[in-house]
Amino acid sequence: MNKIMSAEQAIAQISNGMTVGIGGWGPRRKPMALIREILRSDLTDLTIVAYGGADVGMLCAAGKVKKVIFAFVSLDFIPLEPYFRQVRQNGSIQVMEVDEGMLLLGLRAAAWKIPFIPTSVGLGTDVIKNNSDLAIIASPYDEKDWVAMPALKLDVSLVHVDKADSRGVCQIKGPDLYMDDWFARAAEVTIASCEDIVDSDYFSPSDEARHVHWERSETTAVVHLPCGAHPTSCPPLYGFDVAHFKLYNATTKEGGFDHYRDTYIAEKDEQEYQEAVGGVDKIKSIPLPIY
Amino acid sequence: MTTTAAEYKLCELMICAAAETFRGNGEVLATGIGVIPRLAASLAMKSCNTDLMMTDSEAWMLSEPNAVSGRHFGEGQKQESWMGFSRIFDNVWGGKRHALVGPSQIDRFGQTNISALGGTYEQPKVQMLGVRGFPGNSISHANSFYVPAHSKRVFVEGECDVVCSIGYNAGRLPRGYGFDDIDIRRVITDLCVMDWQGPNHQLRLLTLHPGITVQQVIDNTGFAVHVGDEVTTTAGPTIEQIAIIASLDPVGIRHKQLADNPMGDRR
Repeated sequence: MNKIMSAEQAIAQISNGMTVGIGGWGPRRKPMALIREILRSDLTDLTIVAYGGADVGMLCAAGKVKKVIFAFVSLDFIPLEPYFRQVRQNGSIQVMEVDEGMLLLGLRAAAWKIPFIPTSVGLGTDVIKNNSDLAIIASPYDEKDWVAMPALKLDVSLVHVDKADSRGVCQIKGPDLYMDDWFARAAEVTIASCEDIVDSDYFSPSDEARHVHWERSETTAVVHLPCGAHPTSCPPLYGFDVAHFKLYNATTKEGGFDHYRDTYIAEKDEQEYQEAVGGVDKIKSIPLPIY
Repeated sequence: MTTTAAEYKLCELMICAAAETFRGNGEVLATGIGVIPRLAASLAMKSCNTDLMMTDSEAWMLSEPNAVSGRHFGEGQKQESWMGFSRIFDNVWGGKRHALVGPSQIDRFGQTNISALGGTYEQPKVQMLGVRGFPGNSISHANSFYVPAHSKRVFVEGECDVVCSIGYNAGRLPRGYGFDDIDIRRVITDLCVMDWQGPNHQLRLLTLHPGITVQQVIDNTGFAVHVGDEVTTTAGPTIEQIAIIASLDPVGIRHKQLADNPMGDRR
């Protein structure tokens, strides 16, 4: 089975109103080239599930989003994602705001095809007060309240990985895979963009195979998009682009998102995007963050 | 014999006071969010509780804390295990963790807010971070709070605008839970050190930083603080502690964390 396709073909599998999970974490290893492809499309009314960063901010700013299921939306060194902040304060999107761990449990429940996972997380807080669709249940084994975190079933997940073969074997060799494995498992369709396409033999040595975190049956489409995480990081290959994020952040004050989109995304393919932000060599030389 | 440093900055006093909250904790993951909390946890791991565990704020557990400044990527990092973000929740829900965090709002119940200010759930006046991991942290393990500017804006009169963490609030207590299931330790501010062991878990003043009065604390807190008979002065950093802090922060970014970087002794 050959799962390699173009970004346009891959994104064509998404329909208006679908629930889309996005891998990565904040400014880290987000499938940004796939996000840009959505920004170029006519898609709308999406429900987004993510440990959010500029992926969520850009989709919201472009009017692609009906609802966001989130625990945070942050660029880390810029703590508040500027466009997410704008749409929240305008009241223009629906939200389900839950704990980071609850999001993980929701993805696991979807992956395991069970309706919910019981947890104490959320008890006593506004998370359960604000989300009327979060049920508090009794346990058959004790006398306590439990939160029934519902399965977050995803129509599509988008992830960015280091290497993939044509059959959908995906490798992430950076130190953290975040929750990408759960995003892949929770979705009907998983689209993986990758830095490199490799032959299947590449994964033969155990040192390579052990960085493959889900089975190829969980990957539906493979899209070759080198530097496709930019402006987010793809460790150990490149860090996140602080200068670009600052510039993106500044467009909220001047020009707005339309200016950002017109400068970098609209009417441009990924190669033209990369040229507009300084070129592939520059992206690959962005240092990894030091904490 | 330890000797108190002749001169020290307020940031260093707060780091040492906050480090004390990890004493006697045993083998728990110490998480300090922000420069001063992280230095506090790191100082504790290098002095009063060498059993503490810590991450590199990314994907590895460390056998020794990383310096917060002056490091090159990966330089001198002493790893002891992988600790990616998903595994953090295995630790959190197991309870062997003590987090020192800086909420935007803290109310009289010890509930906190980092999510949003004002407005409604559908349309907040000011969107902040979101609840992040606060709900899970608060019901699973020990938490302490760091407040760089003690004021009524932080210690709010009413309930927090968005209650992100469970506190000592009978009105919100889940069925089958008691206050003993909630573990809020200390609050370290630029004025004082407090805990939640006043009558019925009221916020209680423990020590005042040198030169600060009880009245200043009362005037800058939006709700009643329990002031017992035994309020003392926060211990100044020792020469040894200052040396450890300097080794953990060779560039001195701790001096940029508080407005005007005041001296620790304000008498």
